[in-house]
Amino acid sequence: MMKRLPGIHAPHLKNTDAKTAEILPVPKLVHIPMSMHIGAPARSVVTVGDIVKVGQLLGEPDGAVSSPVHSSVSGTVKSIDAIDAVTNERGTVIIIESDGLQTPLETLTPPDVNTAEDFIAAVRDSGVVGLGGAGFPTAVKLTVKDIAQVEYFIVNGAECEPYITSDTRTMIDDAELLWDGIRLVKKHLGVTNILIGIENNKPEAIRVLSDYAAKEPIAKVVSLPAMYPQGGEKVLIYNLTGRIVEEGKLPLDAGCIVINCTTLAAVARYIKTGMPLVEKRVTVDGSAVRTPKNVIAPIGTPLSDIFDFCGGLTDDVRKILYGGPMMGVAVLSVSAPVKKSTNAIIALNAKDAALPRETECIRCGRCIGGCPLGLMPAVLRDYFLLGRTDMLEKYKVNLCMECGCCSFNCPAKRSLTQTMKLAKARLRESQAAKNK
Amino acid sequence: MNLLTVSPSPHIRGNETTSGIMRDVLIALIPAAVASVIIFGFRTLAVIAVCVCSCAIFEWAFEKLTKRDTTIGDLSAAVTGVLLAYNLPVTIPLWQCVVGSFVAIVVIKQLFGGIGKNFANPAITARIFMFLAFTGTMSRYIIPRSPDAVTGATPLMIMQSGVGELPSALDLFLGNHGGVLGETCALALILGFAYLLIRRVIGWETPVIYVAVVFALTAAFGGNPVNAILSGGLLLGAIFMATDYVTAPMTFWGRFVFGAGCGVLTVIIRQFGSYPEGVSFSILIMNILTPYLNRLTAAKPFGGVK
Repeated sequence: MMKRLPGIHAPHLKNTDAKTAEILPVPKLVHIPMSMHIGAPARSVVTVGDIVKVGQLLGEPDGAVSSPVHSSVSGTVKSIDAIDAVTNERGTVIIIESDGLQTPLETLTPPDVNTAEDFIAAVRDSGVVGLGGAGFPTAVKLTVKDIAQVEYFIVNGAECEPYITSDTRTMIDDAELLWDGIRLVKKHLGVTNILIGIENNKPEAIRVLSDYAAKEPIAKVVSLPAMYPQGGEKVLIYNLTGRIVEEGKLPLDAGCIVINCTTLAAVARYIKTGMPLVEKRVTVDGSAVRTPKNVIAPIGTPLSDIFDFCGGLTDDVRKILYGGPMMGVAVLSVSAPVKKSTNAIIALNAKDAALPRETECIRCGRCIGGCPLGLMPAVLRDYFLLGRTDMLEKYKVNLCMECGCCSFNCPAKRSLTQTMKLAKARLRESQAAKNK
Repeated sequence: MNLLTVSPSPHIRGNETTSGIMRDVLIALIPAAVASVIIFGFRTLAVIAVCVCSCAIFEWAFEKLTKRDTTIGDLSAAVTGVLLAYNLPVTIPLWQCVVGSFVAIVVIKQLFGGIGKNFANPAITARIFMFLAFTGTMSRYIIPRSPDAVTGATPLMIMQSGVGELPSALDLFLGNHGGVLGETCALALILGFAYLLIRRVIGWETPVIYVAVVFALTAAFGGNPVNAILSGGLLLGAIFMATDYVTAPMTFWGRFVFGAGCGVLTVIIRQFGSYPEGVSFSILIMNILTPYLNRLTAAKPFGGVK
């Protein structure tokens, strides 16, 4: 048995894992941000009044680390705002009024993919970015100078966040597409070791993909303990390969590329059909959602449309999240749009959203024992409050991936993860000041 | 619709709370209370009640006086009260219990900033204070169930002086001998230990290493190792006092070394000191070293580069 990194046993709450996604009725309006990825925002190529179709380019990538954005509906460009007051999205947001017909762009055809360069170009054109939540442009991740450097290609199907089952449903319902993606990676990148890491609380996904692997042994399905944060990049790499991604290095330096299963399936869909990334499978759950479901929604759909489709929200809704409860981001308004990397929207009622009262640290060490990366949140907190950036540096607060385990474990209900985020920012500021 | 709450992640928390942990410690201490009532009689309950109540009142009063939030709801003062009582002989005058509680809660805990801030274990330090201040009443041990509350020596006193007859190993295990309230019945303390382990309140490292070191060193000095671990306050100290979160290290290896250090000091005091018992002094000395143990055993960041 290989040594595995510690973590926490968060509740699974996978209420929707048996629910195949339902297709959302076409929304009246979509709000499509030009920045749904890490890197430069896409540059708008349409003007107000333009008639657009599904899959049509709205924004082209602006620079090397960027991604194109496509229309998720057919209709008319209603406005292009610098700041969208409705959704509170910063940056350019294109609002399209749908004609309800969802007419695909006629010129969409599957791209010719014969070489590794073709493959990377196709990934870039697909508009696919890291769909597990990070939003890093996938083409950039796959652009490797020396392909021999990649010893392990890891497909991340861990899905360790509570509630979320959209990756699970992708692995089951889009298994064929996902396997196409694995074939493409094998063929064009020439990687020999392809591993699919799935937590053992998804037996059906493991079974379905194991059947594919049995018929066509180009990838190996590995069942992992259901322990948060199994799907964290560094954690998954270590638990599957024993490799350690060192401070300041990329997974590639440890011979690994990790890509989310839904991301790979979206790449395969584009190469198979020519349809870029315009819709997302989203888990809709939480104590304030009347009928939890998986939903396939056009990118840009206001969350309110999706909640309405799921029986509406209860009256005591108090918090709405993009993503899961461990690392998800609380949104300001229910009219926020579905983005490329939105894998779940969680609505919590007043009881679940109540902020716990913080009490004094009792130095129990649960934050230290539960940190997957061997950090000492209680100690880092002391040094942060003392303004000791030298000690923050020594105790490596910069390695913190903000997984939330320390706050989760804390019996005194201290917001340790928040303090770690602040401490990281403080350390960055002090280092920047030093380098000036 | 109501305004939405916007707060940083995580948006879900575990079930453990400070008061829940303290409640578990209190539950783990129940077997020893039952054993003590059987061994020493119902005055046990009076001693426990006075210690718990005065600890809680001192905590509440000090926090009122200094205009801070009251923390008696977290039950930590109650735990201190029970542990202090367990370190006292059944014949202790009750007013001395109140003085001990004052030292534990006000001097050791609150003056250093309250829960989480004190560097020394309040119950242990108060016991040492009482031992020095009220030496006479603190070393009057009665023979269990003797009709006239005949005073007698504890097993450790017998071992040190060589006068008198040691109880059998079974009597030592069941606690049928002289001593302070909570220390005599090994069976009850081990039951409490099992409960704390199952509830994951504490790890095995400190108690097991502490006891193992005492066992091995006593044998090395030619003593009877089984008697050594069943006598005196070793099990009470190892299971309930050396594992106090606030005053012991936060890392696994820190706790490991803490237990080992307590074991070495206990045997040295028992072998060479003029006091028959060394558990409380050992734990107090290791409390002082705790910040250094935390630093020496700091967790190694995953993938960290020097």
